[in-house]
Amino acid sequence: MEEKAKTRREFIQSGTRMVMGMAVGGLAGLALGRSTTDEWVWQIDPFECTQCGRCATECMLNPSAVKCIHAFDLCGYCDLCGGYFKPDANELSTAAENQLCPAAAIERKFIEEPYFEYIIHEDLCIGCGKCVEGCTAFGNGSLHLQIMHHICLNCNECSIARVCPSDAIKRVKAENAYKVKGSWTNIA
Amino acid sequence: MAFILLLFCVSVSGQQQRFPKPEFESGYVQPDPVTPEPRAQAMEYLDVLVLLVVLSMVSYMALKKRSRQGILWLSVFTMLYFGFYRNGCICSVGAVQNVTLSFFDSTYAVSVTALLFFLMPLIFTLFFGRTFCAGACPLGAIQDLVILKPISLPRWLRKILGIFPAIYLGLAVLYAATGTEFIICRYDPFIGIFRMDAPFHMIVLGVSFLLMGMFVARPYCRFICPYAVLLNLFSRFSKWHLSITPSRCIRCKLCTTSCPFDAIDVPTDEKATTSSRAGVRNFMLYAALLPLWIAAGGFIGSEAHVWLSRAHPDVYLAELLIEHPELKDDPENIDIQTFLESGKTMDTLVEEARLKREEFYVGSWILGGFIGLVIGLTLLNQVVYRRKEDYTPNRGECFSCGRCMDYCPVDKK
Repeated sequence: MEEKAKTRREFIQSGTRMVMGMAVGGLAGLALGRSTTDEWVWQIDPFECTQCGRCATECMLNPSAVKCIHAFDLCGYCDLCGGYFKPDANELSTAAENQLCPAAAIERKFIEEPYFEYIIHEDLCIGCGKCVEGCTAFGNGSLHLQIMHHICLNCNECSIARVCPSDAIKRVKAENAYKVKGSWTNIA
Repeated sequence: MAFILLLFCVSVSGQQQRFPKPEFESGYVQPDPVTPEPRAQAMEYLDVLVLLVVLSMVSYMALKKRSRQGILWLSVFTMLYFGFYRNGCICSVGAVQNVTLSFFDSTYAVSVTALLFFLMPLIFTLFFGRTFCAGACPLGAIQDLVILKPISLPRWLRKILGIFPAIYLGLAVLYAATGTEFIICRYDPFIGIFRMDAPFHMIVLGVSFLLMGMFVARPYCRFICPYAVLLNLFSRFSKWHLSITPSRCIRCKLCTTSCPFDAIDVPTDEKATTSSRAGVRNFMLYAALLPLWIAAGGFIGSEAHVWLSRAHPDVYLAELLIEHPELKDDPENIDIQTFLESGKTMDTLVEEARLKREEFYVGSWILGGFIGLVIGLTLLNQVVYRRKEDYTPNRGECFSCGRCMDYCPVDKK
């Protein structure tokens, strides 16, 4: 009697185990068909970004992994830079009160008359997008926000993407991890 | 017609540069934008390999070598590598959502590494019990290492709290399938500790879990972890499992207090057992109640679908705009302002929200039914009579941590 009960229990157990093994196998097969050998990373589509400022505050990291990137190809090297100066700037000088950037992360360098180069210091940038807003509104839009992948921890779900009002942050394949304006154009 | 022409002009001028790129005479060389590459893909495969090795070693330590010491050091390694070095991402617990999303979102394909992170612990559990929990899960490891003076919880409380992981798993699958969000990752209490950086409330949550974990051992694993629902189920039918004694149980009771998780089943009290006829009757009754539980759960779930669907941004925005149209003039509301500027019509938004809510309606029926099933099965399990002669680990709840093994006085023969 004892032995019988034991073998019955063992039979049920091994039977269920086989069913479960097959279930996992089936699930694995289905999922494999839907899988990719590529890794996903998060990136901002600069053409959809509305510079709402949430990138600076919603990232798990502080300061944010989102930084301003400068597509020099598109830059007009303007003296009056909409991304560098406040709209009501007293004069076109590098004085702090004239700068739009709250972290003074943009360096203005004289190249030749009348052109200036603007360089982003990534370690100072907080990803607030104020310069992007100015550059997009008054200039060529060469300044734009990108997620920097040497800082980004590649969370399973990006906490900025969750609250991005224009759904500009999407998963992209890791081999094309950036959407730098100029080298990458909006398909739509 | 004029409108289309105007639109065309605008779009063309939008693509042209307002200020053409200057031609420099001073020999200025234009720098390239800095775009550092993400972590190399080979490293992601290394993570899979590390998980495989750790899983194998923990299983070996638990079942063959019978060394608590070995498991302890492996869990220290797991906490340091998957936790503090890899910052807790990707983990097997959260990978449930990636797999779910890949089934429901045609634009998303789960990466092979995430899929392997999801599958490997399940396969190992099917063969060796929950050795993943013992030493290969960073969330489990950090809790296991802070256990100080565990208290024993009454059985009824453990059973009631034990239903929550199933609810959490159901919700996580629902929200991942509808493309709403990954709640397991968002409310992971330990990720902030691993990263030493998180919003304040998450740090508070993580620290309180660890403080509670000193006395209620592994609270997240036992009463919250959604992945544990699967592992618990798989472990019940595992081929092999850690045993307390290396040869034969002599019922000395020395191991009874060794388990911080109350996961050791004691031998059946022969005197207290109910007659087998009453037992069968109870079993039949509870089994017959199962469909009722599923139906009731499904009904309650479907009633909650409106509330559940509000977590989705489209549904939330549509509802907000319908109920408070005056918010359209609020410049502070970024979501509404972005929507208004996007050129999307209200009708499209409402239609999208309605479709999303329909998905939630179906999903909440299934979610409710699943929760009902789990409640019904938990009750059914209470009346199933299992004759036990020895002190054995409860296969579902045992984490295979191996603490009990050191308490057994029996020599290996």
